[in-house]
Amino acid sequence: MLTILFDGVAYGMLLFLLACGLAVTLGLMNFVNLAHGVFAMGGGYVTALLMNRAGIPFLATLPFAFVVPALVGVVVERLLYRRLYGASPLDQVLLTIGLVLMAIPAFDYFLTDQPQQIHLPPFLQGRFELPGLTIGAYRLFLVVVCGIIAATLQVFLVGTRFGAQLRAAVDDRRVAAGLGIDVGRLFAVAFAIGSGLAGLGGALAADVVGGVDPNFPVKFLVSFLIVVAIGGSRGIAGAFFGALLLGVLDVAGKYYVPSIGAFVIYAVMVATLLIRPQGLFAKSGT
Amino acid sequence: MSAALQARGLFKRFGGLTVTDDVSLTLEPGARHALIGPNGAGKTTLVNLLTGVLRPSEGAVVLAGEDVTQLPQHARVRRGLARTFQINQLFPEFSPAEALAAAIAEREGRGDDMLRGVGSREPIVAEIVALLDRFDLIADMDRPTHTLAYGKQRLLEIALALACRPKALLLDEPAAGVPESERRDILSALAALPSDVAVLLIEHDMDLVFSFAKSITVLVAGRILTEGAPDAIAADPRVRAVYLGEDEHG
Amino acid sequence: MSAREAAEAARVARHLLRRRRWRPLEIAAWAATLALILLVPSRALLINEILILGLFALSLDLALGYAGLVSLGHAAFLGLGAYTAGIMASRGLADPTLGLVVASLVAGLAGLVTAPLVLRGTDLTRLMVTLGVSLMLGELANRNSWLTGGADGLDFTIGPVLGQFPIDFAGRRAAALYSFAVVFALFALARRVTRSSFGQSVQAIRQNRLRAGALGVPANRRLVAMYGLAAAYAGAAGALLAQTTQIVSLDIFDFHRSADVLLTLIIGGPGYLYGGLIGAAIFVGLRDALAGATPEYWEFWIGLMLVGLVTVGRERIEAALKRFARRLRPAPRREAAP
Repeated sequence: MLTILFDGVAYGMLLFLLACGLAVTLGLMNFVNLAHGVFAMGGGYVTALLMNRAGIPFLATLPFAFVVPALVGVVVERLLYRRLYGASPLDQVLLTIGLVLMAIPAFDYFLTDQPQQIHLPPFLQGRFELPGLTIGAYRLFLVVVCGIIAATLQVFLVGTRFGAQLRAAVDDRRVAAGLGIDVGRLFAVAFAIGSGLAGLGGALAADVVGGVDPNFPVKFLVSFLIVVAIGGSRGIAGAFFGALLLGVLDVAGKYYVPSIGAFVIYAVMVATLLIRPQGLFAKSGT
Repeated sequence: MSAALQARGLFKRFGGLTVTDDVSLTLEPGARHALIGPNGAGKTTLVNLLTGVLRPSEGAVVLAGEDVTQLPQHARVRRGLARTFQINQLFPEFSPAEALAAAIAEREGRGDDMLRGVGSREPIVAEIVALLDRFDLIADMDRPTHTLAYGKQRLLEIALALACRPKALLLDEPAAGVPESERRDILSALAALPSDVAVLLIEHDMDLVFSFAKSITVLVAGRILTEGAPDAIAADPRVRAVYLGEDEHG
Repeated sequence: MSAREAAEAARVARHLLRRRRWRPLEIAAWAATLALILLVPSRALLINEILILGLFALSLDLALGYAGLVSLGHAAFLGLGAYTAGIMASRGLADPTLGLVVASLVAGLAGLVTAPLVLRGTDLTRLMVTLGVSLMLGELANRNSWLTGGADGLDFTIGPVLGQFPIDFAGRRAAALYSFAVVFALFALARRVTRSSFGQSVQAIRQNRLRAGALGVPANRRLVAMYGLAAAYAGAAGALLAQTTQIVSLDIFDFHRSADVLLTLIIGGPGYLYGGLIGAAIFVGLRDALAGATPEYWEFWIGLMLVGLVTVGRERIEAALKRFARRLRPAPRREAAP
């Protein structure tokens, strides 16, 4: 049972990494970015290609898995997203769905649609056997890495001036702008970081979800939305706990009660949206 | 005969703030009553309380003898209470004719008819024509509302409220935002309102108030300062101090 | 009434009734579609697909274009209708018309029940709630494989329409004709409903909910009714899909389906009833045309079209198209005032 819990926590932390960018975008810019998964997929492909075609070791590819999607994010934000910040959610949904529809065949075309396998280095394979608890090495690695990143983000948000400006802008954009905060640049940087983290998450997730394939954005879009719905979009703490909850529920559910499966998760999401639209873990009041 | 509309001891509090403070008001059928007061006095809040957009913290709203305090807005409209808004609230894509048709259809209880419209009903079309004529909208009757001049839109705002055949009509600053050249149309429209409808006019334009109203209530900081005939109000030093005194010197 | 008033009354009546009459272009389009089915039976399958997707998009138009309720989960009702029709057929109730009616009723009921969920909150909440509901239904279908066949899909054969016209593999053209008849009838009904006082009041709510309330319109009640109707229409489309293809599987509840129908409607344009059908023709037509050239990549072009549409601005394109359409329509006769 503890093993299940541990696996769930590992999955949850991974989800957090993937989804926190979406939470920030939604909370900060009120922008519904359904194409978020594309950046994750991009990061996964960067890692897979660097490893499989250039022989670069797994860990060394990870910085690229962050940087490349971050840069692409900056470009996309400047060119397209920026125009729709004030638009209706429907228009934003349509734009980002359009991007997903373009991205998947594009990836398909330039790379095959066979899932790219990522072969973990030997020291990340294997497992540790403890009484009552089996710890997979990679899962442990995930927990550690994601935990460090989460902690770093929290420190960054709370401790640095940029973080303070970000939090101010999330709380009230107009007032923040009135205080002289360059909200536009803030958005661009936040979006880049969010996309980069998604890319990193995609690279790390490849082993867990069975390879990187072009359908990743759609398959996981719902999970991202659930994390954001349950965790709220005011900050990353909510997303963190929301992701953990979802991860544990998902893994435990699949193991213990396969007949209920994802139904409970979807129901929790709908119920949360209706009862506490700001998310289960966010502070009450918008 | 009972009053057309009554407010009985209305209070509205938002947290620690009392926006409406023990307001009582009576409109007899055919009344021409004005509500004046400085900005922030709570005039629009009072209108929202009367129409059901807001629920009072205390007090009652009585429409033609019936206590409607617990009724939602659309139920009060059905019982004969209509209003206009300070900023035009119209249907941008509908033409004036279509908007009036929708209002009349609702009043006649046809809003649930999923198969038929009102275009083929002669009495309703005749009523639409009469309203369009009265408010000089006949020439623009088939154009989308958002293409109309602001003054015309303001007239449509009043026409829509009248299409409900109200017993009591609340006009929230009908002349607001209307350019000087089109103001006269508003004035004549107000003068031509049906004599059996009780009208409560909220306005800042004192010319409009004194030419229209037979009685005036003065609202300051949510409370009624005084009420009475226009001459008495104009002469009252308290009113001058609080309100009119700001414009006139000496 | 004076002569002038009579003339004005006639003008107003004509204006209010202007959308009642079927335009020659409309009649021609429907007739041409029917002719296409009859004369080019090799394309019957394709036209059937366009009609069904068009009906599905039409149902979303009622919810989105008329009632103003966005949805990322409209496939929930499509799936409900499809499974209802399929399950009925698999239990021996072979006549498609019965399946069609029951499927619509089931979906419509589901629409009425879920409508209060959809009326709460912002557009963003709506998008996520509708998505959640459709996924929940998909999971329910998955878990109850004794009823739905689970991941293997439903296994059934369909009987002849009204006992006379086989629409299974032997009757491809008959299937297309069956779909045509149903879609046309439902379209005509929707046309009637949107022009009715009810339909006008729903559009009034969409344009200005505050003003509608101030005119006595019970907004929530009307929106629930329209949403229920939209759900019933989607159920009918699902039934047609199941009955004419003899396939029902779990992917009918996928996000992909809801997303596809949304962009089909947007491409054609919401709010005038034909948008769904035109969008479906473009969507399926494009896929068919590109199938030879670049089979799996046709969605790229749809995505590009969508990105272009949204970036340029749907209202601006709509306004431009309206100006163009006005030039095509003959100028209304204006009688000079006496």
